[in-house]
This record gives sequence, C-alpha cells and structure tokens, in this order.
Amino acid sequence: MTLDKILYIDLSKRRFHVRSRPDLFEKHIGGTGVAIRLLLEECPEKADPLGPENPIIFAVGPLTGLFPMASKTVAMFKSPLTGNLGESHAGGRSASAIRMAGYGAIVVKGTSETPVYLAIYGSDVYFRDASGIWGIESSYTVGRIIRELESEAGLRTIMRIGRAGEKMVSYASVVVETYRHFGRLGLGAVFGSKKLKAITICGKHSVNVKNPQAYRILYDKILQLTVKSQVMRKYHDIGTSSNVIPLNELKALPSLNLRQTSIKNAENISGENLAEKHLGRRVSCSHCPVACIHLATLREPYEDEPYFYKTTMVPYDYEPIYSLGSMLGLTETNELLKLIDEVETQGLDAISTGVVLAWATEAYEKGLVTSMETMGLELKWGDGEAYREAVRRIVSQPNEFYSTLARGVEKAASKYGGMDFALSFGGSEMPGYHTGPAAHLTFLTGARHSHLDSAGYSMDEDNAKTGTKMTPKQIAEALFKEESWRQVLSSLVVCFFARGVYKPDTVLESLKTVGFNPDITLEDLNRIGVETLKSKNAFKAREGFSHKDLKIPRRIVETETPLGILEEEFIRKGIEEFFRLLQ
Amino acid sequence: MLKLKLFKAEKRSLEGGTVAGRLTVLDIDKCVGCQLCMFACSRRFGEGGFAKSAIRVRSIGGVERGFTVIVCRACPDPPCMKVCVTNALSLRKAGGVTLNPSKCIGCGRCVDACPLKAVFWDNEANKPNICVHCGYCVNYCPYRVIGLREAR
Repeated sequence: MTLDKILYIDLSKRRFHVRSRPDLFEKHIGGTGVAIRLLLEECPEKADPLGPENPIIFAVGPLTGLFPMASKTVAMFKSPLTGNLGESHAGGRSASAIRMAGYGAIVVKGTSETPVYLAIYGSDVYFRDASGIWGIESSYTVGRIIRELESEAGLRTIMRIGRAGEKMVSYASVVVETYRHFGRLGLGAVFGSKKLKAITICGKHSVNVKNPQAYRILYDKILQLTVKSQVMRKYHDIGTSSNVIPLNELKALPSLNLRQTSIKNAENISGENLAEKHLGRRVSCSHCPVACIHLATLREPYEDEPYFYKTTMVPYDYEPIYSLGSMLGLTETNELLKLIDEVETQGLDAISTGVVLAWATEAYEKGLVTSMETMGLELKWGDGEAYREAVRRIVSQPNEFYSTLARGVEKAASKYGGMDFALSFGGSEMPGYHTGPAAHLTFLTGARHSHLDSAGYSMDEDNAKTGTKMTPKQIAEALFKEESWRQVLSSLVVCFFARGVYKPDTVLESLKTVGFNPDITLEDLNRIGVETLKSKNAFKAREGFSHKDLKIPRRIVETETPLGILEEEFIRKGIEEFFRLLQ
Repeated sequence: MLKLKLFKAEKRSLEGGTVAGRLTVLDIDKCVGCQLCMFACSRRFGEGGFAKSAIRVRSIGGVERGFTVIVCRACPDPPCMKVCVTNALSLRKAGGVTLNPSKCIGCGRCVDACPLKAVFWDNEANKPNICVHCGYCVNYCPYRVIGLREAR
C-alpha cells in the first residue's frame, strides 16, 4: 500500500473521491510537509476560518505503521483563533488508522446542513446523521456512543468535538480516542462550523517495505534505543509534569497570569505528588512503548449518599497543570483535576482556556470588568468552582463578555482593556515557560506560535545552567535551525518526544529501508525542512501576517525570568533576525 | 518500568511456532494499549500494519477503563476447527489450530465460531489470521502483559 493516496471529502455535496499524489509525498515526505502544500492548494485566499471553504487536512508519513513513534497526525486548517495558519498534532490511534485505511492524507471541505459524522472504513466513506448526538453535554459521552455504533474497536480512531466545538469557541479542541487532542488553534471550532461532530477512521491494509529483513533489524534497533533512553523514562515514569518542580525552583513557572514565576504549594500539583496520590493508569499512543499519557483518579464523595464515591479518570500533563493550575493559583490537587476534567468534557484547549481565565481574573481584580459582565461570577485566584462555571459559560456564551472570552485573550483585551497583561503571541495564548528570551522568541516567531515549534525554553534552561549569554542573532539562528529540523520530524510524523531517537542518521536509514527514496541525503532533509518552514510562512504572509505587527505582551518584560529582566528591544532584534533567515 | 528483552534479529525466526507453547495474558492491568504486539505479529511476515495480525488490543469501552488483549487461548477442543468445512484447520499439539491455507476457501465460519472473537481476518488474502503461539509478540511487549507458557 502506498502513502500517496489522498481522500477528498466534500461535506456540502456529501461526495468523496481519491486522488493519487505521488508528487507531493516524494517532494515533501508527508505530515506537515504535505499538509502545508495541500492547505496552500485547498484554502482560498482570505478564507473565512468558519466558512465552508476552509479545508481540514490530516496527513501522516512514510514511517507510520512501520516504525515506533511515527504516530502523530498533523492537522492543518485556517485557525479561527489567529485568523491564520492553523496546525495541530495529535497521537492516539489516529495516524496508524489513517495509514491503514489506505491514505497518506485526508482533506475535508464544505459544510453539512445538518449535523453529521464521518465513518471511514478503508475505501468506504459513510456520511452518518449526527443530529441525535449534537448538543450532548460531555465529549466523553459522544465517544461512548460512537464506540458502540461503529465497528473495529482497536483498529480505529474516533476524533470528536465537545460542545465547545459546536459553539465554535475559537480555541475548541478535537478529542482523539480519549485524552489526546488536536488541542491548539481551534480545529474543534472548524469541525463545529462544518456541523461535523466526529470522524472515525479504520482500515486493515498492510504496509509493505522494500527490504523486510533490513526492516526488522532496524526496527529492533530503534525500539532498543527508545526503551533504553533516559528521556523516555522521564516521559513514562512521571511524564511531562515532572517539569513543575524544576521550573518552579528555577522561577520560570508562569503563575497568577505571570505576575509571579513560582507559586506556593507547587509540590501539590507536581508530577511526583500526582503520581504518588492519584496515578491510576498510563496509556500509550498506537505503536509507542513509552506510555506518556498519565491518568489521575479523582475520587469525589456523593453528597446525598454516605460511603459512595464517583471516580473519574483525568488526564494530566505539564501544560494543563500550568495553565489551569499555577496560572490560576489553583494548587489544590482535587480542584485542579476537576477543572481539567471540565475543560476536557467541554472540549476546549487547556492552555488557551487557562490563559483566558487568568486574564479575566486580573481584569476583574483591576475593575476592567465587573460582576455585570461576569453575570455575578466572582473570579478569584484559586477558586476552582468559579473557574468551572466560567468554563461552562465560555462555552454557552450567555452574554457578550463570555462570547468575547470565547474568541481568545487578544480579542477580550482589545474590547475590555488590559492588553498589557494579555498573554497572547501571534493571537495564540502563551505556553507554560517564562524561562528567558528564547522561549518568548519561539512563541513569537514559531509558525504556529507554539512552544514546540523551536523549543526556545530548552535553550534558556541550558543557558541558565551554564551561564551562557546569547545575542538575539545567535538565538534566532538556533531557533531557525531547530524549527527547520522539526519540520522534517513532523513530516515523518515522529513524535517530538522521540527526537533523540530519530537523529538524522536514523531518519535516513529508516527512509531508505521503507523504500521512500534510496538516494536521499541529509542535505535533502535539511532543505525539505527549510522549504516547509518557508511555505508555512508564505501561507501566513498571504493571509496578512507580518512579523512587524507582532505584539510583545508588556507583562513578559515586567516579570523577571531566570535569565534576568527581558528587554523589548532585544526581543524585537531576535524577531528581525529570525525573519531575515526566512527570506 | 520499561523492560524489553529482544532476541537478536538473526536468532529470531518463526521456529518458535513449533514449540509446544501457549500465548497467555499475564496481567492485563499493565497494558498501556501501545499495540506493539499487534505490529510485531504482522512484522513476522516482513510488513507493517495489522493485515496479518492475529492479536488485538482494544479498550474496554474507552481507554479510561483499560484494555483487553484478544488472542487465541489454544483451546484443547477448538470450535473453529469443528466448523471448518474443508478441514483447513487441524488441531495443534499444544491446543489451538494450524491453518493449511491451500485448503482454506475463505468462508469465514471459523470467525463466527470463536467465542473469544480471536479469529481475525486478512482482507487481502481472504483467509483467517489465527495465532500460532510462536511468542514473537511476547518479545515486544514492554510491560510483560503477555507471555508464553508451556502447554497444559
């Protein structure tokens, strides 16, 4: 089975067709490399992100289904949050399911008149009526229903939206299986605008390789590297939440809307404490031995019945602990878990939701908004109950204030004031690192304004340890190099956690083994990485992005980082240098 | 804890298939749903994907409730064999069955007969995939969920 088949689905006409596009995959590998070209092809200029013309693109890569940890699906679309490039990656079983259904990519366009969900079984595509599941309160319930309705459990992915997606909250997520997400930049709202409640995909195609014997040997080598690596142990044992204590001690953990960089009782919400007191299960994406997904058991007593408890499994990671925990002053473990659960139930992006609520709390404190706007809700640091209610109102949008919050922090601040403390980078809410200039330069210059674009935070942390000082130019160059290489990884759809395993040599060897291109060289890979990054920025420029318009939130130059107080001019220089490299 | 003991590639072969062993689920609560066993099963034939896999890992109604491993238990008196109209399935010494693909006409009755739903289907070959208890997958389970036991 080849990778180059693309399934095109039109929700307006309820039709689909398959096209073979070897040109795309040969040149751009797969994943993000292919998705950006499809976005450039399929998304008309100045398209309305919530209009039928906005395509949803999913792409996987040549190693998917063959090697461990090539398990991510890249989703691309025009973001309703930033009004520009939307890109989000999710794992679960999505990638292997798409590949085994026989596709390298799927493009969904149009808008259905009535709620619909898609069931894709290999070459068969069914448009199923979803009016009976539209409006269901919990995203968990939607998953349960579709699980029963469709077959092939274990071989399929179920992507679905919650009510947040239906109500087109700009940062609504798409929940994959359970506990994995296309979280950032509002893919959930795009689903909602198309009346698309869910997509389930499955297939049982074999994936052939050129040299089976060499394939088995290389497979064992990669797997051994994985299970022996220290990083992998970190992600397995405690998970990303092992970052809470170190970042708190480093004074880089954004807290109380980044008025502080550490918080009292951080140990309560640390990965260590959660693992010890609450860890109930670890879960893996398909074809990954690591099992980095950590689920906490939340045990709550029923008020009306003694000795009876409700037990809920709640996923936790570093990012939601930062955004819904330290940012909101919520350090009581159970309260944090309940808030994460609410966000999950509604189907929202945890990072954006937390940053929006943190801004709202400070705006309320400062009197920019009053109980008139909040409809009597008192937003207070650490008040989990109030935050859960606020989350529900962001979704139901009972008044203008909550509808504005549902558009993201930048829109909220442009309406109500408080731009200085609105932590928005290129229109997307801030990830959880106030480590130094490189972190913020990543948020600003990264194609999707994500900490994962070029991982500046990691550079800062190293610099803090070694006492190294870098110039804006040096930082920009290092970030450019990192972001370019990450384009290669996400074109292969290798999880970024496995970047230490998939070093250039291993990438080349694996591509040759599966018969992708026997002559491919490291120079080719590097070139493809840079080209992909440039294509993304070409799309952004087309849609009106200019780095000169990037706003630097005042708050980040007011609150000290481990590398000292940041200077706006330094950051501006870094931005200029980065975009010079992109030309 | 990740503990993975892989055989050296050249030593691994399908010879395990003749060992009188029986694949068994040791502790399902340790399963993380990584499906490495399923991929291993198809990789015996030098390919990726699940087309040839005779083992399946799925959640029991959502990953929050954990997983189940569906695989042949090597019954001593296999119902799949009894319904095979062409005698393509014969009793294995240690329980379970061996498929003679040249006799199989792809009717699929064995699939319906198995109460564990452990007879899988290869759509491409139009023949069943039934575990031969070779233990290849066991080597790839990072959490010792499955193991090879001596036959009863």
